[in-house]
Amino acid sequence: MIANNVAKSEPASIKAEVKNFNFHYGAFHALKNINMPIHERKVTALIGPSGCGKSTLLRSFNRMHDLYPGNRYEGEILLQPDNTNLLDPQVDPIEVRMRISMVFQKPNPFPKSIYENVAYGLRIRGENSRAVLDEKVESALRGAALWDEVKDRLNSLGANLSGGQQQRLCIARALATDPEIILFDEPTSALDPIATASIEELVTELKNKVTILIVTHNMQQAARVSDFTAYMYLGEMVEFGVTDQMFIKPQKKQTEDYITGRFG
Amino acid sequence: MQEPDLLAIRAIITRHKRWDLFFGVLGICCLMVGVLTLVALFVDMWSSGAERLSLDFLSSFPSRRAGQAGILAAWVGSVLVMLVTASFAIPLGVAAGVYLEEYAPKNWLTDIIEINVSNLAGVPSIVYGLLGLGMFVYTFGLGRSILTAGLTLALLILPVVIVVTREAIRAIPQMIREASYACGATTWQTVRDHIVPYSSAGILTGVIIGMARAIGETAPLIVVGAVTFIAYLPPVPFTGEPAAGLFDWAREAFTVLPIQMFNWTARPDAAFHANAAAGLVLVAMTVGMNALAIWLRYRLRKNIKW
Repeated sequence: MIANNVAKSEPASIKAEVKNFNFHYGAFHALKNINMPIHERKVTALIGPSGCGKSTLLRSFNRMHDLYPGNRYEGEILLQPDNTNLLDPQVDPIEVRMRISMVFQKPNPFPKSIYENVAYGLRIRGENSRAVLDEKVESALRGAALWDEVKDRLNSLGANLSGGQQQRLCIARALATDPEIILFDEPTSALDPIATASIEELVTELKNKVTILIVTHNMQQAARVSDFTAYMYLGEMVEFGVTDQMFIKPQKKQTEDYITGRFG
Repeated sequence: MQEPDLLAIRAIITRHKRWDLFFGVLGICCLMVGVLTLVALFVDMWSSGAERLSLDFLSSFPSRRAGQAGILAAWVGSVLVMLVTASFAIPLGVAAGVYLEEYAPKNWLTDIIEINVSNLAGVPSIVYGLLGLGMFVYTFGLGRSILTAGLTLALLILPVVIVVTREAIRAIPQMIREASYACGATTWQTVRDHIVPYSSAGILTGVIIGMARAIGETAPLIVVGAVTFIAYLPPVPFTGEPAAGLFDWAREAFTVLPIQMFNWTARPDAAFHANAAAGLVLVAMTVGMNALAIWLRYRLRKNIKW
């Protein structure tokens, strides 16, 4: 029924679809039977109280959990147009990460130059031509609204930038490889309000080019930047819908309580 | 509103601060024990050896006449042995450390390996001498050579290199690894582009400190057969008649500074004791290596901020 609502109001194409997805950290059943679509060139926000599994879900999209032992996926995340199940053990996690890039909670630039930070994804894809790298680094930095601030010091360390600039550098790094989806894991939780506003503006602009999935603690942020919102609680998807409808008239009492700040 | 009893509070603070003073004085005393011992050692070595310290001393072979004896063979031997040690211990130790941290699954087997490596770092050096004698001299037939000595010392510092490599790697925040993997990097690319470059300062510091330990080792080298009197240098590659091979020097007999010193001080003739100047050279080499370690750490860490 919820899915129907979405289809009616937003006839956008589906970029990815989560189907009957369960996730286990060892014996802990962290995500329970998650189903949701990810719409192409839209921003989908995952909200919910701490420990509800929203980051766990996000990090399943680029198989980050494969880096640690004892984690288990069940079910499917189908990436379109090729209908690849991202969670299939036969699918190389590196292939998944080459298609889907990620921006983390805390800005984590490499201790390398600004240029090399952005160029890294291209270099490991075998791109060595200086001209191509120059061009792609510039366009990624422009895409991340950072070019004008750093164009004269591309060789200085990424760590010398301010927190907000570092996070935009990380966005440029994620953008440089033309990903199909970018995952944002609470990208503004370590930033001040002005830097937060610039990142939010950036996310809104980026959705013209790329599909975005964003985890946020901040409901106002979800309301401001996202087209779709999923509310999660204790590892379950409580409600998924168009953001405007969800914030004005949630279908479930539980969602309403969280959104109105009565709990969470 | 209750009146604060300032006098009582101040009395308590004064009483507590006495302990600060007491511990401060105690700490200085403890520190002095170490510093003064070191100063005494230097002064003694300097006063008994300084007169012998000259270019001649560095460029002469040992002699029966104390006044003409030099340490040419010994310091060249020390340098060459260290060269062999470094070229085996660094690649082996770093590779093992990287494997344990980045590749090996965390299970009981790797736990056992980890504990064993740490324990090996505490094994007495003479045991490594016996191992070197059995393995390199007899089993592999490498003879009582510079190569054998270098390999034995390489085994001695290998656990240290592995441990410092692992510690340096662990200091890299997990989020840097995740950033690399999220870009689509393989484990090897992550190691090559991030893990090793960012931990190189720590690794190098540890390696050099390990080498500074090895350069002063005597016991294992006596066991593998260092000679105490040697009056020629190993052949320089591509010189002599017939021309020496690139690695011929490694098969030559050797002596090293600490053994030369031991040999002189063990003699009844007091004139040889002035040759304690060799100790100054050895200390200078060790201090030089430690200084290099500090400088490298400073240089390499300057560009690394998380």
